[in-house]
Amino acid sequence: MPEDVNLATYNADALTEDLSDAVPATPAAAPADVPVEAPRVETQQDLSAEIKALGDAYAKALKDGTAPETQPRLDFAPYRSSILRHPTKSLHHADPETIELYSPAFGHQDVHALESDLTIQHNGEPQGERIIVAGRVLDGDGRPVAGQLVEIWQANSSGRYIHKRDQHPAPLDPNFTGVGRCITGPDGSYRFTTIKPGAYPWKNHLNAWRPAHIHFSLFGQEFTQRIVTQMYFPGDQLFPLDPIYQSIVDQDARDRLVANYDHDLTQPEWALGYNWDIVLTGSKRTWTENEALGAEGDDHE
Amino acid sequence: MTMSNSTKLVPTPGQTVGPFYGYALPYDKDRELLAPGSAGSIRLQGTVYDGAGHPIPDAILEIWQPDAEGNIVHRTGSLVRDGYTFTGFGRSSVGNSGVYTFTTVNPGPTEPGAAPFISVVIFARGLMNRLFTRVYLPENEEALAKDPLLSSLDPERRKTLIARRDADGGLTWDIRLQGEGETVFLDFDGTGTGGATK
Repeated sequence: MPEDVNLATYNADALTEDLSDAVPATPAAAPADVPVEAPRVETQQDLSAEIKALGDAYAKALKDGTAPETQPRLDFAPYRSSILRHPTKSLHHADPETIELYSPAFGHQDVHALESDLTIQHNGEPQGERIIVAGRVLDGDGRPVAGQLVEIWQANSSGRYIHKRDQHPAPLDPNFTGVGRCITGPDGSYRFTTIKPGAYPWKNHLNAWRPAHIHFSLFGQEFTQRIVTQMYFPGDQLFPLDPIYQSIVDQDARDRLVANYDHDLTQPEWALGYNWDIVLTGSKRTWTENEALGAEGDDHE
Repeated sequence: MTMSNSTKLVPTPGQTVGPFYGYALPYDKDRELLAPGSAGSIRLQGTVYDGAGHPIPDAILEIWQPDAEGNIVHRTGSLVRDGYTFTGFGRSSVGNSGVYTFTTVNPGPTEPGAAPFISVVIFARGLMNRLFTRVYLPENEEALAKDPLLSSLDPERRKTLIARRDADGGLTWDIRLQGEGETVFLDFDGTGTGGATK
């Protein structure tokens, strides 16, 4: 956290910060060592300045030889809700043991093949731009993650989640829920048919808008590879403004969350195609020959 | 045969689970690794707190554990439970008061003399990336004393990973994301993956 951020200043109501009807967070109490300011709403300009300062500091650190960061910062104050929700102690290095070196098993008992098509869950066609999102799940050693669960959820084409706490006054779509699942193929492949989500406004600051995104939840072959993330669409003008996307301070790392438009995936007179490959962390387990060849173990260890 | 690590790829970054996972990630019987009230079942429960000591109403937890005999099972059926098969995986979103609940079994030791634990991963709105941790059973001091992770922690921090045994045989274990009594969270990659940066 930057020196000049005072926790008390931002401890407005962390529980409702991006959900409440009111735009948040005039400081409840000003720090003692600065002049008391009249309450005012935080603007995009305020947030962009904070994001830029953190980005500049990172650019300088890179220049000074710091290793590139590859993950979001847990402590990224421009995303106000993170302020009280990040550990302040360093994560404790541990060697994964026993159960952590394996992953829950999912199969076709768990997920029906039709769950990967988000456009056929109701009686009619959902509104919006039909898209195909497809790619592969790989581990950090480049091996396909076969037979594992991928879950997605997203807003509809007008930027509205079906969640009851989403109060954005954009229309719900009776033909679109926005939830899908699939099991990866032997080559780690996944494929969803869905609708391109809209951008949606949130309450982090005045005029805060999230770039269009699809939430992804992924399992690897080891529980330590578990990840939840968000996929974005190429060329989104909201990227520089979004504290969540910008919580990844490294541009190369951010780019890993952006799908590629792929005309080979696009289907004539049907849907545009986006390709996005996902890389999990490296394997910590010594694999057996069967596993290395892609065969799954059966029952007990 | 051990696979050689031919290609090293950089992992995709995580992002927050956000506020709207509630209609996507929870599923029927997600927190019931076995049927409540069945032989050997216990309740594992606790509260997730933020740095101000307030319960967090929008967090979701997953557990992954061996069975009561210490076997790591590889059985499908975690999402569509048949009521009989123990798969070792469960998911529980917290309620408005920040409380999660699982029905499960006491995990057995995966190796003779090892301290049994449950692997836990935590997601929340406002939490940029998932956090891994463990919850240990409070019994068997000898095994706990020998545990490689616990013995690498100072006593105050070590306590955050050990559940309390309830009168009804269940386990209570709270999670504090920040501040006093902050839970020990784990980095398995040695890269400080998503770690706190100063």
